Amino acid sequence: MGVEGIGAKVLRKEDRRFITGRGRYVDDMSVPGMKFAAFVRSPHAHAKITGIDTGAADAMPGVIAILNGKQLQGDGIGNLICGWAVSSKDGTPMKMGAWPALASDIVRHVGQAVAVVVAETRAQARDAADAVMVDYEELAVVTKAVDALKDGAPQLHPEAPGNLIFDWELGDKAATDEAFSKAAKVTKLHIHNNRLSPNPMEPRAALGHYDPAEDHYTCWTTSQNPHVARLVMSAFYNVAPEHKLRVIAPDVGGGFGSKIYIYPEEIVCLWASKRAGVPVKWTSDRTEAFLTDAHGRDHETDVELALDADNKILGLRVDTVANLGAYMSLFSSSVPTYLYATLLSGQYDIAAIHANVKAVYTNTVPVDAYRGAGRPEATYVIERTMETAARELGISPAEFRRKNFIRSFPHQTPVIMAYDAGDFEATLEAGTKAADLAGFEGRRAEAKARGKLRGLGMSCYIEACGIAPSKAVGSLGAGVGLWESAEVRVNPVGTIEILTGSHSHGQGHETTFAQLVAERFGLPVDNVQVVHGDTDKVQFGMGTYGSRSGAVGMSAIVKALDKVEAKAKKIAAHVLEADEGDIVIENGEVKVAGTDKKLGWHEVCLGAYTAHNLPDGMEPGLKEGAFYDPTNFTFPAGCYICEVEVDPDTGVTEIIQFVAADDFGRVINPMIVEGQVHGGLAQGIGQAILEGVHYDDAGQLITASYMDYAMPRAWDLPMFKVSTTETLCPGNPLGMKGCGEAGAIGSPPAVINAITDAIGNNELTMPATPEKVWKALNAVQ
Amino acid sequence: MTDVTMTVNGREVKGAVEDRTLLVHFLRENLGLTGTHVGCDTSQCGACVIHVDGKAVKSCTMLAVQASGSAVTTIEGIADGSELHPVQAAFREHHGLQCGYCTPGMIMTAVDMIERHGSALNEATVREELDGNICRCTGYHNIVKAILAAANAAPATIAAE
Repeated sequence: MGVEGIGAKVLRKEDRRFITGRGRYVDDMSVPGMKFAAFVRSPHAHAKITGIDTGAADAMPGVIAILNGKQLQGDGIGNLICGWAVSSKDGTPMKMGAWPALASDIVRHVGQAVAVVVAETRAQARDAADAVMVDYEELAVVTKAVDALKDGAPQLHPEAPGNLIFDWELGDKAATDEAFSKAAKVTKLHIHNNRLSPNPMEPRAALGHYDPAEDHYTCWTTSQNPHVARLVMSAFYNVAPEHKLRVIAPDVGGGFGSKIYIYPEEIVCLWASKRAGVPVKWTSDRTEAFLTDAHGRDHETDVELALDADNKILGLRVDTVANLGAYMSLFSSSVPTYLYATLLSGQYDIAAIHANVKAVYTNTVPVDAYRGAGRPEATYVIERTMETAARELGISPAEFRRKNFIRSFPHQTPVIMAYDAGDFEATLEAGTKAADLAGFEGRRAEAKARGKLRGLGMSCYIEACGIAPSKAVGSLGAGVGLWESAEVRVNPVGTIEILTGSHSHGQGHETTFAQLVAERFGLPVDNVQVVHGDTDKVQFGMGTYGSRSGAVGMSAIVKALDKVEAKAKKIAAHVLEADEGDIVIENGEVKVAGTDKKLGWHEVCLGAYTAHNLPDGMEPGLKEGAFYDPTNFTFPAGCYICEVEVDPDTGVTEIIQFVAADDFGRVINPMIVEGQVHGGLAQGIGQAILEGVHYDDAGQLITASYMDYAMPRAWDLPMFKVSTTETLCPGNPLGMKGCGEAGAIGSPPAVINAITDAIGNNELTMPATPEKVWKALNAVQ
Repeated sequence: MTDVTMTVNGREVKGAVEDRTLLVHFLRENLGLTGTHVGCDTSQCGACVIHVDGKAVKSCTMLAVQASGSAVTTIEGIADGSELHPVQAAFREHHGLQCGYCTPGMIMTAVDMIERHGSALNEATVREELDGNICRCTGYHNIVKAILAAANAAPATIAAE
């Protein structure tokens, strides 16, 4: 490792612009003649639109255009799609209802866009949007998935009778039934996984610009995957032809999944720009974000765990109802299926698993991937169940887990996944040591003397990243391949540009990706520029989600660097009259091993471009591209241990200590990896004790601001104790697994296991607010 | 429209604004100072924190006309040329930022906090006083570290109060 190579704590190259206020986010963008959009949104959760009167609004100052869904359809703009086809267990395809970018006949959730106003100023657009009179005929509303499945429930889409999108299963039902028939003990649990709002601090925004001179469109948008946005907007929504559409996702202020999807607003801004003849910018306010950004989680699950007389797991049976909201968002179908049930084996050797998942429409915001996407739900199911079983058996939760760990790799689970590598004992050991498990009873007694209830909870998670082998996900219904592309452009002076299809919205790619070059050629990271987020600059990319930018995105860079290195060595061998195999590149020099013959890196690069002395037949230049398609998922895993104190008088939980011991494979920049874990933990702890999206019976979102939705504040969290162990992933050249989501995946069950341990009542749902904790405590006292 | 005059980052600026124009929108849209961000509608998130007459203020909670005659400092105005303000440097050194969106508000809040407490700042006080600043990326861990590090380097005389 060099000072800036793999494994080095390199301070972030991108920081300077952010700490000086010179980041460039979409709402910071301005183009000449730009006007502002405001959306007219439904105040009802379910209603027929019987008329739209724009008379008063049209006459308001600054109004340029007011556009509606009928005009959108008339211009041939297509409905929004779900890009992952999941079939029911009877073989029928999923039932997808139509989702127009602007509703013209029926609205199905509060906040759905009905019309758009384009005006001279932001305030004028908002004023006029408020003056658009929409007549609605209200329809019956259902917000909970289990209610939506009942006879007589309000029906959302004619395409989906009974509101059922699919009734899907995974695993061997007969083998699982057989396992349960032999069980000495069965642990049963009902699990509620609360609905969350992702809440990146930068609200979504879009700036659409149609240039009639070039017949060309540009869309600046808050996207985690600008190329996917371009593909979907052209191929499915007919907004613009792909070769005439440039999508730019500049600095993006967090995503957490919510900025994967292509939303109605960016489609409408592009379309409206052509219609109105002006560039159109829309910026979400926070309430709009709560009302329209895809939510996460919202599962109801019954789980049963079968054990033999020796406390070994025989089988697992899971029955889940997943609320997908009013429409099927872009990857919504994959989250409660292939990203969820495939992880239900956890870290454990389980011979038989069967999972059944019903996906359901309700009059709520669409639900899709949010940090972890399916894997937090699976981990919560398993790790709450493991802890519960251990308590029922009266044995140590750590020992119970240890007894059932998978210990040899590769390991084929009964739910598709083949774990390639891991060492669960190592993370458990690291976690229990850091948490000082041995001293816990003493701390509990000390807390009791102060009138506090101390509890300890554990969670041993595994997840799947490096999403994903294209052929495999294609066979499972994905509409896209999930490779990544990279290009390494070496300039004649030896500086390097890395163009990547990954997108950084906080992950620090500009630094870690440059570290690969530092490692390979011994060049300073300051000589490397990472270019991303612009479809005109980067040829193609699948973007950043599912902790894939290391394992997949960086693997593509490694492949391109391999080609650059090979060509540079050929040039140097030719110039130095040496054997190609004897050339080594280190510390910015290209040397003949064992001799004093060498060239500066810049001399080789300049030579590639002057082309005065290249090997016969070699093309000039030094620029290579690569596509990398992963061979398997990667499997980060770890052990999280949470220690809490509950105040029995108030039910307030304080997180006293949180230990995270993770195995992410190879770590490129430990500072950035720790930061990713910290952020994930905050979101997981937020889910466990603070955050919850709530609808009332009329489908009104009653948690639509930071006054009502409890975001984790600094005061809610402790300093985290994080560490890593390392088993290399054999499936990619760097041995990386991914670290972006683990914190949010592993932490909720650790927190709830700790609180239920403290209060002595296992009946507790997330978020474990003081009221719920107090009630649960008093129910058993 | 109302005429406003104020000093922003040491420079006198004038503008004509609607009475309802928020200070943050005046800074961003009239002056092009886009380092100050808007992250919510309810004055909870603190992405818009600036200093008005030496005090940390949420610029989404103040009208531009109210700031007329005041001295305003934004994130763009705290570095000394290319020399970072110590709090800016501490955020970088301790990885106190990821996506960067909440960062300007965090730094402006931290500068104010350190000016008031100096090296007497402790973890509990930092966490309590960050109540009005939300970060979704960092879990606050490294923000708290950065602020404490900057505070420890601050003059001890202030801490005596």
